[in-house]
Amino acid sequence: MNQKQLETWAPWGLLVATLVIWQTACSLFHVSEFVFPSPLRIWEQMVEYRDVIAGHAWRTFWVTMVGFGIAIVVGVLLGFVIGSSRLAYAAVYPLMTGFNALPKAAFVPILVVWFGIGVGPAILTAFLISFFPIMVNIATGLATLEPELEDVLRVLGAKRWDVLIKVGLPRSMPYFYGSLKVAITLAFVGTTVSEMTAANEGIGYLLISAGSAMQMGLAFAGLVVVGAMAMVMYELFSLVEKHTTGWAHRGSQNH
Amino acid sequence: MTAFADYFVDFQNVWLAYNDELLTQNHFAVEDINLQVKQGEFIAIVGPSGCGKSTFMKLTTGLKKPSRGEIFVDGQPVNGPLKISGMAFQSSSLLPWRTTLDNVLLPLEIVEPYRSNFKAKKAEYEARALKLLQSVGLSGYERKFPWELSGGMQQRASICRALIHEPKMLLLDEPFGALDAFTREELWCTLRDLHAEQKFNVILVTHDLRESVFLADTVYVMSKSPGRFVVKRDIDLPRPRDLEVTYTPEFTNIVHELRGHIGAMRKEGTHLGQ
Repeated sequence: MNQKQLETWAPWGLLVATLVIWQTACSLFHVSEFVFPSPLRIWEQMVEYRDVIAGHAWRTFWVTMVGFGIAIVVGVLLGFVIGSSRLAYAAVYPLMTGFNALPKAAFVPILVVWFGIGVGPAILTAFLISFFPIMVNIATGLATLEPELEDVLRVLGAKRWDVLIKVGLPRSMPYFYGSLKVAITLAFVGTTVSEMTAANEGIGYLLISAGSAMQMGLAFAGLVVVGAMAMVMYELFSLVEKHTTGWAHRGSQNH
Repeated sequence: MTAFADYFVDFQNVWLAYNDELLTQNHFAVEDINLQVKQGEFIAIVGPSGCGKSTFMKLTTGLKKPSRGEIFVDGQPVNGPLKISGMAFQSSSLLPWRTTLDNVLLPLEIVEPYRSNFKAKKAEYEARALKLLQSVGLSGYERKFPWELSGGMQQRASICRALIHEPKMLLLDEPFGALDAFTREELWCTLRDLHAEQKFNVILVTHDLRESVFLADTVYVMSKSPGRFVVKRDIDLPRPRDLEVTYTPEFTNIVHELRGHIGAMRKEGTHLGQ
């Protein structure tokens, strides 16, 4: 097995090893399933409650995707504005940084007042938590332009818009796809956190209700599902990234 | 104004300060530039780094307006970006997501009159770009991406991009500065042939004296702070020039003479500094 195959299989190996150690420890020390359930117990619960979990997971998934969709639209638009104008950058950036520093979970009670319990707060929390990296990356891609290239184009009579469309936007695409990977995982965090206090459906709600019923196996099963969904989406976007902006990853093709 | 139309580029007492504050302090990046360039002439500007060579380029292309004096190009006063010029720099700054061919076509997507009919006449323009790439020895690399080309090839492509809209004036800012000596000499010959064939004006900024003497009809030496033209040297070596000419005594003498001017300037500079 060569180095490359080894790298491909390494995460799976680590996962299996972790499960084995976890299971062994739980069986060996007779850890109560109300304290820390073993992987087998979690699996049992997952199979037993598969319909319930699937229902909640679907809810969390589409709510996250809606929030993420809004985040892409808003993030790209804001990023485009602040990346293409120095004045807008100076005006918006400090405020946005301040906003980003706020814990998004703190918005949930406010959103409940405005929109009530349900999808509203969850979608908006997912959006609030995930648009920032998208905006910053688009802005960065647009703002970095070699002065020589700008001269070459300006002397031809290129307008600011031409330079943005022909050079700035394509250049920011790798940054954009890179940010989507980060943003989608954040969006899942936002949805789950919001559902824990402000919904009657979704994985977040499942976690809270299973916890309060001391069904630790079910609670852990919920965590596994939300983690798996985030990972699948992450991999999906890194695939998209590789296939659309291969020119930005040329270094890796040489090795 | 018609009197000046004999010259293609005509600088009349041109001064430039980068902003109003520097202007009130009488601090100029370039001072009292007077320059007359004939149609089709190849001029080279040499001087120590930071002497305002690049500023001079921006003035000629209309990217900067002079604080004092006037500039005429092709009989017209310059007030705004001059579309009849093409530029290339030390870094090729090709776009990595476009093939070599698409990089060369980029100016046609921007400059009029090509811009309006770019889609309709794309095949014709592509043929033109392919011919140009072939003339600089890049056939077979049209569909490659810039990062698949060597440094010398990237620079050739960059020069093609500067020439695709058939400019009357080509401005080169140390275009071969980052290349190894052999590649550089190859590209000298490429540029020499393009100039001989298409008869555009060239303004070459460089700090390689051999390069300037080999390629140019006239070499100007610029001094540093203030940026002024201190020496004008006509190069009367017969054309077409072969690389062999760089080993003749006549050639070496001219290079020596120019080196002397620059050396003297540098000495003066250190005295002033003390």
